[in-house]
Amino acid sequence: MTAEATTEAPREPEQKPAERETLLTAFQRNLWASNGVTVTTLSIFLAVVIGAVLIVLSDSAVLAKFAYFTARPGDALGSSWDLISAAYSDLLKGAFGDPEAISAWFSGTGSWQDALGPISETLTYAAPLVFTGLSVALAFRGGLFNIGAQGQAVLGAVTAGVAGFSFGLPIGLNLVIALIVGALGGALWGFLPGLLKARTGAHEVITTIMLNYTAALFLSWLVIQQGIQQPGRSDAISKAVDSSAQLPSFGGALRVHLGIVIAVLVTAGVAWLLNRSAFGFELRAVGANPHAARTAGISVAKTYALLMAVAGGLAGLGGATQVLGTAHALTPAVAGNIGFDGLLVALLGRNRPWGTLFAALLFGALRAGGNRMQSYSGISLELVTVLQALIVIFIAAPALVKAIFRLRTARAAGQSASPAKG
Amino acid sequence: MSTTTVQELTAVTAPEPFWTRQRRLGVALTLLGVLAAAVFGALAPGETARFTLSDNAEGAAISINGQLGAVLFGLLTLAAGGVLLAGLAKRWSTLLLGLGVLTFVLSFLCWQVAGQFMPLVDILSGTVQLALPLILGALAGVLGERSGVVNVAIEGQFLMGAFAGALVGTMAGSVWAGLISAAVGGVIIAAILAVLSIRYLVDQTVVGIVLNLFALGITGFLYERLMQPDAEHYNAPPQMPTWKVPGLSDIPVLGPVLFNATGLLWLALALVLIIHFGLNRTRWGLRTRAVGEHPTAADTVGIRVRGLRYLNVLLGGIVAGLGGAYFTLVATGSFTKNMTAGAGFIALAALIFGRYSPFGAFAAALFFGFAQKLAFYLSAINSPVPSQFLSMLPYLATIVAVAGLVGRVRAPAADGIPYVKG
Repeated sequence: MTAEATTEAPREPEQKPAERETLLTAFQRNLWASNGVTVTTLSIFLAVVIGAVLIVLSDSAVLAKFAYFTARPGDALGSSWDLISAAYSDLLKGAFGDPEAISAWFSGTGSWQDALGPISETLTYAAPLVFTGLSVALAFRGGLFNIGAQGQAVLGAVTAGVAGFSFGLPIGLNLVIALIVGALGGALWGFLPGLLKARTGAHEVITTIMLNYTAALFLSWLVIQQGIQQPGRSDAISKAVDSSAQLPSFGGALRVHLGIVIAVLVTAGVAWLLNRSAFGFELRAVGANPHAARTAGISVAKTYALLMAVAGGLAGLGGATQVLGTAHALTPAVAGNIGFDGLLVALLGRNRPWGTLFAALLFGALRAGGNRMQSYSGISLELVTVLQALIVIFIAAPALVKAIFRLRTARAAGQSASPAKG
Repeated sequence: MSTTTVQELTAVTAPEPFWTRQRRLGVALTLLGVLAAAVFGALAPGETARFTLSDNAEGAAISINGQLGAVLFGLLTLAAGGVLLAGLAKRWSTLLLGLGVLTFVLSFLCWQVAGQFMPLVDILSGTVQLALPLILGALAGVLGERSGVVNVAIEGQFLMGAFAGALVGTMAGSVWAGLISAAVGGVIIAAILAVLSIRYLVDQTVVGIVLNLFALGITGFLYERLMQPDAEHYNAPPQMPTWKVPGLSDIPVLGPVLFNATGLLWLALALVLIIHFGLNRTRWGLRTRAVGEHPTAADTVGIRVRGLRYLNVLLGGIVAGLGGAYFTLVATGSFTKNMTAGAGFIALAALIFGRYSPFGAFAAALFFGFAQKLAFYLSAINSPVPSQFLSMLPYLATIVAVAGLVGRVRAPAADGIPYVKG
């Protein structure tokens, strides 16, 4: 991953003048080369273009105008453009804020809640994704593919939720305990496949997929049990989390809560753990080459088990954030899709902690904008899932993006988004 | 070098360890037998359990006292375990294992059905119906994985197949057009998987997981944009006709299940045989296995590794797409969002639990189908055993299998590793 920094190829004499190039020429040279930033930008661009095609293809009124395209092309193209621009501008407004609402706030005619609402939604959706994304990214760096973030998040949500409505501790302590219990629940669910991998060599991809569904079934059983289910309700919903165990939100009308702050702190913590701690060094060594790491005296089995427990704990925190910050009660779908989205987030963030944070923010923005797009333009929220999947497909296959745009090969080739393992 | 040779030689000539696979299986069966005889026997009421040979309470029935049956069959499980544990009858270990599991299930049924009735025809046909997509999905996995391409996108192929089958089937007004386009839907996902993992060397598990989300998004998007507003024109596919074979369909119990069925069931059963024969007896099969185990060696003797992998993944796409057609053209009359609900992952579990072989996958799919049907039945008779725990069975069984707690499952050696020539 750090190939750009470390592998400075021995330079040939005629490349000497390049060292004295100006900022502008360096920018021009890098702009069309296949470096990480260019590939990411182009991937998002490609996904948006394909999304636009889908929007047009699925609108029968606009499609009807394409029937007489040769006679009056302006009709079809104009209405296609109107449809696409309306959809994507709603997406942007829903994610970052409506310029009208913001200017109304500045001129004093609108409320600050309306102006900041979209940003609040973006951060609310991003918070759990940061945790699950970090979980996947950390495991990736240790050479493990944690598909189980979903199940670990579910278990984290379960334990945090149950702790949130049963302990009844004083304010402050209650929240801290619930978060810790949530992390422990996820850690347990991550430790199991880690232990199996370490002891028996069972492939973590298979065991974690299976544990995902086991956790989901366990949750759907648990919420209808006596003592867990909300009294007086016949549907599958648990008691509400005590207000002292809920993540406090900023301001009355906005949904954004303390979770995003914790997410940033945890990102810093993971970055430290990965790059500065002894355990981080060991896990990177094991991820790079387990045989060499074993020869160097690192216990690979112990690293796998511990790494999966830590990764599970992170995903468990994601589930806990979801139930303590947004949902406030357990339902079978309380964890939504945050585990699988976390997988995409980690891939988009190239398995680096801060990259994962930004990727989670992008996904949160897409999701928040998608809600507005659905209610204002009538474009299904599922388009966001398609966009997210497409972005990650292109990111994961930089060679494909390179071929489409005929990019030059970057000087230091360090492009692969995933470690080369099966 | 010489020391390793000596070690290998001693390893080969060393006496078998006491805890052979057979003995470990024996321990597991003995424990199950004790559980069945003691716990099921104690819990079972002393009323009659009726297993009717029809799809309702009428007609001939096999009756047994619930408590007696639970204890009796439990003791039989215990006996089978004891024989295995004692190391007797080594050649019959598979048969004994099957017998032990069967008697354990029967003991459980005697406990549950006591005082009630169980319609065997209904249970069997439900089992076969639920297993049908699992068989096809697992066969698709066999084709891909035996040639070295991991396919975790079976779920996505199911969804695309189900969607395309419903859409084209409705628009063309023909169930056969629906069936063909379902196969095409599966092939689309398979083609993306093949190109990205074989041509662009992206991690196969990553591609698979992302493709699942892509299929979920795109079918959900088109469902909400096209099918929901105008279900009559886009989402009312004709159903596959049920064919009755005269004579054979009058066989008690098995007749109505196997010979009063849709063509898809016969196709699936035929495919099990064809793929088994093809893999083990034809040139294509030998080459497929060679490519999956040792692609470099296969390449050396002139087999086109990538070409064969493309072919097999695309063939798998056809099979999985047909499995998807089951959901819209056989089981229900319309497409709904995320209607496969994890069936693709149960198919993956069946593939692994069935040791990557067609017959094994078939047996595992039937077993998992039975577990699902039993879960429905138990919740219908208000059993104290939560149906969610029965639904967990496929996942837990697979974890046990890959962890090698009872007989390790071994994947093809080159499974998941992209082949780079040179």
